[in-house]
Amino acid sequence: MAHRDRKGRPVVAITGMGIVTPLGTGKEDNWKKLTAGESGIRTITRFATEGLRTTIAGAVDHVYEEGMHSATLSEKLARLAGTEAIAESGIGSKGDFPGPLFLAFPPIEIEWPQRFALAAASGANEKIEYGDLVRAAGRPEFRRFYEESKYGVVPDNLAEHFGTKGSPISLTTACASGATAIQLGLEAIQRGECEAALAIGADGSITAESVVRFSLLSALSTNNASPQGASRPFSKNRDGFVLAEGAAALVLENYDHAVARGAKILGIVEGVGEKADNFHRTRSSPDGKPVISCMRNALADAGVTPADVDYINAHGTSTPENDKMEYLGVSTVFGEHLKNIPISSNKSMVGHTLTAAGAIEAVVSVLTILNQRIPPTINYEVPDPAIPLDVVPNKARDARVRRVISNSFGFGGQNTCLVLTGEPG
Amino acid sequence: MTARRDVIITGLGLVTALGEGPQANWARLAAGGPPPYDDKTFAPYITFPAPPLNLDTQIPKKGDQRQMEAWQRIGVYAAGLALTDAGIAKNTEILDRADMIVAAGGGERDVAVDSAILTEVRKSEKPDAFVNERLMSDLRPTLFLAQLPNLLAGNISLVHGVVGSSRTFMGEEASGVDALRVAHARIAGGQSEVCLVGGAYNGTRWDLVLLFRLGTPLLEPPFRPVWDRGPNGALALAAMGAFVVIESRDHAERRGAKPIARLASVQSSRNLRKAGESEKTLRNEIAAVMPSVKKDSAVVISGASGAEPATSEEKKVLAETGLPVRATTTYIGNGMEAQFLANIAFGCQAIRAGTLFPPSGSGDTGDTPAGGISQALVTSVGHWRGEGLALIERVD
Repeated sequence: MAHRDRKGRPVVAITGMGIVTPLGTGKEDNWKKLTAGESGIRTITRFATEGLRTTIAGAVDHVYEEGMHSATLSEKLARLAGTEAIAESGIGSKGDFPGPLFLAFPPIEIEWPQRFALAAASGANEKIEYGDLVRAAGRPEFRRFYEESKYGVVPDNLAEHFGTKGSPISLTTACASGATAIQLGLEAIQRGECEAALAIGADGSITAESVVRFSLLSALSTNNASPQGASRPFSKNRDGFVLAEGAAALVLENYDHAVARGAKILGIVEGVGEKADNFHRTRSSPDGKPVISCMRNALADAGVTPADVDYINAHGTSTPENDKMEYLGVSTVFGEHLKNIPISSNKSMVGHTLTAAGAIEAVVSVLTILNQRIPPTINYEVPDPAIPLDVVPNKARDARVRRVISNSFGFGGQNTCLVLTGEPG
Repeated sequence: MTARRDVIITGLGLVTALGEGPQANWARLAAGGPPPYDDKTFAPYITFPAPPLNLDTQIPKKGDQRQMEAWQRIGVYAAGLALTDAGIAKNTEILDRADMIVAAGGGERDVAVDSAILTEVRKSEKPDAFVNERLMSDLRPTLFLAQLPNLLAGNISLVHGVVGSSRTFMGEEASGVDALRVAHARIAGGQSEVCLVGGAYNGTRWDLVLLFRLGTPLLEPPFRPVWDRGPNGALALAAMGAFVVIESRDHAERRGAKPIARLASVQSSRNLRKAGESEKTLRNEIAAVMPSVKKDSAVVISGASGAEPATSEEKKVLAETGLPVRATTTYIGNGMEAQFLANIAFGCQAIRAGTLFPPSGSGDTGDTPAGGISQALVTSVGHWRGEGLALIERVD
């Protein structure tokens, strides 16, 4: 008999997971380091940081190759994570994934090295205008700049590489993107459009200009002297997030389909909630309503109550505002029960992988359930009395974890929460 | 599989070089004048500029207007037109739970800052540090918010209050097709009741002229219809915004909304654009809906891009259907993420008007069916990818 969830929908299982973070490549390496409380944040060496206010990041230096741009690095990250996930799942065959691709990916564009090359080729001697760059643009050697800068190219490359079916969907909901990719895959399976979907969140877009952009919005930690101690979610002395790169992939599959082919069930995506915020472009509504609705929508979608949640995988960016807002949100939603629920932030170790974060944290949430062990919030030395939470400070903890809510709150007001559990029964 | 529900289009918002609103756009097409292109600003390249918009009518706060760049203002404006047309603007009860899928580009650089840096960096001994320092001092902090694709949706939430959900798809024409396909599937499958779907694009920018010139021929004078741009083809970048409000039939009826048309189906596909592949894909998409097409009263609104050989392949397949065909790109240019949604609006308008506009170019064939128009097939054969087909029907 077909399995149905509490709402009568097909049950959606996770049968494969892949992950890349500044800590390393693959679940094994990442899990070991996450539970050891290691930080992946370092001083930036990929480009000159002179003149920048922030000079630290969680860059994936072990993946980066000389000359890569945001698009090419992000694509490589997506391939690594996707390959690990599909291999674990054992679904389809090499280059033939039996379902659609949902890719959370950073917006890309022409970058400075490319502009410099075009300017040099333009032959303009005095002032360089865009018209000069355009005149040089027709040369065949610059055609690759087009492919490195157009939104549709990477999802198409990945669809070809993994052999996913149909038009690949590339999406962004800022810091919630990874969770949105999972949500879209979940919904497609629930609708019966497919038996499986590949959800990937990837982000390898740290450039000098991206650092500048976030700096100008005063979003980044400037604790350059102590890179590994810079990401301090929920601490009183937190001073901003740390930009990072990474990717995660999840093979989502109709539970019955997975069981029928003998796949190992790693976890279940039990519910998703979303709610947009219309308060401000970069700040959350001070009453916390959108974030509260988002979590409540996720619990309602899963058909569970706050008391059914054992652990919260926090958005926990380490910005003064987010962490305060997240506390307001969880304390409202979970009330008295909150004192029994540990809540930790993977970003304390990994940094904020932006587009990839929701997917990375979903994978870590499932690993938390599989291992019955909660990764810590590191750098928690000075508790913020306004945020009284059990943040699993500094050391991993063994715990009974059956159900996790993973929060993703995006810049621009897009919020998504996932409810994840282990294999049923 | 969940029971399929009827999906109704109840609101249209359209901004193209022809004007604002589907009726005004259609009137310009019907009048058969010259396409409203601009061959001066980005000479030698031809572009289609945004029409004059009274932004205050849809974006009342000047502060909001300032925080956006042109592509976002066009999109937020068009989204407001669609919500107003659907009769749900300012209806907080509905907007609070209304879903939203936006197809968005982004970018929009400060070309003055870029040009100054490129000019002056040559005198610098430490070019990397020079760029860092100049970006830190010269970029407007809020420019970033005008560059992020998801901030179009973010601005729509802020200005119009659509907050049920918010998702942004990226990837030129394909993202517009998939935005509508997913929104349609969610409503048909019972996952959503009402959704604002759309896209916006501003191709009248040097940074985008640069991007496309790197990989695609751009149209230069003399102006030619989209079907007849030679063996290498050519695009004419455009400013464009297009949004639709779609909802379940039940939801529309309960609130007494006037249906514009029924969105019967939306398909999207992918191929690698090897010779003949666009032809095959489009033929398959058409074959999938042909059993429900009324041959004596259906028309095709083509989204042909002007890229070749895709446009010629599309022309061939559409001719095989025997249905009257009109391509709108000749008159509105290439609006990428907004293109398919704009053509959905034109398809609706064809059904409402019951007549077609005069043909232009070798692929525009046939005349208005004698018995009026009951269905429109809307195609997308994007400039690089972006294969799609929607079927829209009159609600009798």
